[in-house]
Amino acid sequence: MRKIGVFVCHCGSNIAATVDVKKVVELALQEQGVVHAEDYPYMCSEAGQVRIAEAIKENKLEGIVVCSCSPRMHEATFRKCAERNGLNPYLVEIANIREHCSWIHKDMAEATEKAVILMRAAVAKVHLNAPLQAGESAVTKRALVIGGGIAGIQTAIDIADAGYKVDIVEKEPSIGGRMSQLDKTFPTLDCSACILTPKMVEAAAHENITIHTWSEVEKVSGFVGNFTVDIRKKARYVDMDKCTGCGICQEKCPSKKPLNEFNRGLNTRSAIYTPFAQAIPNVPVIDANACIKLNTGKCGICEKFCQAGAIDYTQKDEIITEQYGAIVVATGFDTIKLDKYGEYAYNESKDVITSLELERIMNAAGPTKGHLERLSDGKAPKEIVFIQCVGSRCSDDRGKPYCSKICCMYTAKHAMLIRDKYPDTNVTVFYIDVRTPGKNFDEFYRRAVEDYGVNYVKGQVGKVAPQPDGSLMVHGVDLLENKQILKKADMVVLATAIEPNPDVRKIATMLTASIDTNNFLTEAHPKLRPVESPTAGVFLSGVCQGPKDIPETVAQAGAAAVKVIGLLAKDKLKTNPCTAKADELRCNGCSQCANVCPYGAISYETRQVNDHGIREDRRIAVVNSALCQGCGACTVTCPSGAMDLQGFSNRQIIAEVDAICR
Amino acid sequence: MQELINKAKTLLESGEVARVLGWKKGEYEYDPEPAFFETSESLKDFVYNGFCGANLSKYMIEAGKKEGKTLVFLKPCDSYSYNQLLREHRVDREKAYIVGVGCKGKLAVSKIPFEGILNISGAEYPDAAETLTVETLYGTETIAYKDAMLERCHVCKGKEHVVYDELIGESADTVDADRFAEVERIEAMSPEEKFAFFQSELSKCIRCNACRNVCPACSCRKCVFDSTAFDSEQKANTTSFEEKMFHIIRAFHVAGRCTDCGECSRVCPQGIPLHLFNRKFIKDINALYGEYQAGSDLESKAPLTNFTTEDAEPGVGRG
Repeated sequence: MRKIGVFVCHCGSNIAATVDVKKVVELALQEQGVVHAEDYPYMCSEAGQVRIAEAIKENKLEGIVVCSCSPRMHEATFRKCAERNGLNPYLVEIANIREHCSWIHKDMAEATEKAVILMRAAVAKVHLNAPLQAGESAVTKRALVIGGGIAGIQTAIDIADAGYKVDIVEKEPSIGGRMSQLDKTFPTLDCSACILTPKMVEAAAHENITIHTWSEVEKVSGFVGNFTVDIRKKARYVDMDKCTGCGICQEKCPSKKPLNEFNRGLNTRSAIYTPFAQAIPNVPVIDANACIKLNTGKCGICEKFCQAGAIDYTQKDEIITEQYGAIVVATGFDTIKLDKYGEYAYNESKDVITSLELERIMNAAGPTKGHLERLSDGKAPKEIVFIQCVGSRCSDDRGKPYCSKICCMYTAKHAMLIRDKYPDTNVTVFYIDVRTPGKNFDEFYRRAVEDYGVNYVKGQVGKVAPQPDGSLMVHGVDLLENKQILKKADMVVLATAIEPNPDVRKIATMLTASIDTNNFLTEAHPKLRPVESPTAGVFLSGVCQGPKDIPETVAQAGAAAVKVIGLLAKDKLKTNPCTAKADELRCNGCSQCANVCPYGAISYETRQVNDHGIREDRRIAVVNSALCQGCGACTVTCPSGAMDLQGFSNRQIIAEVDAICR
Repeated sequence: MQELINKAKTLLESGEVARVLGWKKGEYEYDPEPAFFETSESLKDFVYNGFCGANLSKYMIEAGKKEGKTLVFLKPCDSYSYNQLLREHRVDREKAYIVGVGCKGKLAVSKIPFEGILNISGAEYPDAAETLTVETLYGTETIAYKDAMLERCHVCKGKEHVVYDELIGESADTVDADRFAEVERIEAMSPEEKFAFFQSELSKCIRCNACRNVCPACSCRKCVFDSTAFDSEQKANTTSFEEKMFHIIRAFHVAGRCTDCGECSRVCPQGIPLHLFNRKFIKDINALYGEYQAGSDLESKAPLTNFTTEDAEPGVGRG
């Protein structure tokens, strides 16, 4: 019987106010093998750890249970404490009596009862813990950034500046992302392209950065420090090395029907195209769906005009395989689809547009060359209504429950720019709240109201009704005046909610990185580890983690880069010894474990086994402990119980369950 | 039947196969049992008739460990079990010569409600008799062939063999019932009714392990219930073990791999409809991940050991 010590933490009043810690100590002493139990206000403090150290020495403890917060918080702390005092760190168990107990219960008697049960389960488990040894693995000194928007560009530049190689994978023909579509940026009103394009150029010119545009991540395997990634380089049909970017192909291309994605479908582009003039790389791609040559075999005009001989209709998608030590997700966002918001007549009227579409209309390179005009008749709008929170802060399933965070500011920007350039145009903004926390943000909004005369109305719009004369009747409500408003408008702009890029689900699945119900990637800790995914070696940059504006995105991009640099700076990583292991006498060789293993860590070999005197060749599962991440999927799939997870063995789990059900 | 014996003889005598796996006459007409035949002479006891419900695929695990090829006779539904074992690397296709045999539906003697049975005619293969004539101590009785058929034949998977080297004989259409009707009836029960239903059925269990031993999916070298590694043998001593754990755990272990061959229910001496557990899993798998028939091929990804982004996420949507 092992000698076990139990240490019950008060966590100040976090635990002690709801759990009778003295009672937990008292009952712990009645558990089999428990020779020492005590409580202390802060077990994680230096003084608390000294008490653990002394107890280990005095009682020659062979296992300890700390009843405290989540193991995600302090398991490492207590393991290190045990290790310093001569106890194998894997002989430490945490009973989470804070998150799992005191924080979620109000009644002291109930909470105490549960804390005692959790303590018992941990004691039962620690009796069966094996003294495991961590291994080591090498680190590939190269990072992958998925997404080439401002977040990905900034992260890549910061990593590259530190001396590490970085690859950017961007699915569009050019890097630049959403920011390249914006006209001006708040709160300084400087031109988006003017501040973004130098960064794009810097990234492209950086000796440590490789950019794969028109490419997608196809497959990810491996683990922190040692990822193997397949990247699909989609056929561009243009030789990147030969193309000079002269643009004649786009001019001459007879297929001019495809909608221009960069301009949000407000106009069309040629089948061979670069999304915008400052594209990087400045090499066009051929849209295979629209290209006449690729679809009918006839045409070939671009090839004829290309002086450089860069057009190559025979190009095929190419898969390249690269090794990385760290992966940064910077997949950004899109605006939500407005199909469920029929009341705003978005699909009925060309003059009801999203803010991102307005951004393109106001941009000199946009579909109207920067002139503010109605898309229906080209007339200048004299009355514009902005509707806030379209799909944001939504309590039903049509929209998103969260605040998209950027809309209040960009609407103030739009309103201000319009009033500045077209002083005879009236601007009305319907809002729920105006949210402008941020440096110089509220001042910016107040300028819109006070200096530019933008009419802010607190209240929502119930309906936008297109009128026979081409105008739009906006049915709204003014909550401060408590009256209904009917306003005739020439243009309505919807501050459409943003959502993570839909591709992120696929990417998160490949990376085994968790995502929340809104498809935002989850942080390892929402406050203390905001740029790391819970999956080791995967980092988060930009809106894929949550709505944010450009300054915040750039700040987070830098933070993610620092985390990557910290990882790549290491030569070796300690590997988790809690990996799966197959019992050769029980293994059926049925491959079910290999089928469910998300890390490809299981293979098979045929070897002779001696099963109680019977020698026979059997197909046996073999776990590559460097690849195994200890997820346990194999152990629950194995019908014969041959697969076991070290540190979380079937026996240990059942001992815990038995202790709980006792 | 003679055609099968001739085939077996030829292959045995030519040395192409070292043994034949088939069915051997039992004490009565209605209780043939699986058997290996290693000589032409021993084939005199070979039998194939309406009572040869036994699925021979699982015996191929042992056969695979022996020297030489084994000729095995598989009915269409048995071939699914064999395929599933092949997927799980439990049998060696190289060491099997598979003759797919025709089937006109198999019989359950328990469905013949006469005492003192002496002889039954009409079960011979390929005789397509619609009526069984049963000679008893008390006179001659008749029963429609269909009425004496195993439950599984009323919901037959089909006449096609999914794996074979050659085919002998024709199969008959026997489907006349909805495979999931009974599952749906139980699903409609209240939780209390369900519990009462299963408790009353499972309390009949005598833990003879016949279901486990016959089940082609239950092919573990060491069953968890017999293992000392999990302390489960102690739990097996509790009186409610069969009612509350054994069959449910077994159903979980074979979920996604069970071909619905129905052997568990066929061999249960207590007449417990054990297949209903497996069929509930199959119905749920079909509903959540799309139609899936275990053992139908070697390539498709099994829904429970495969992940796709389109997978149903329990708790999201279905609650």
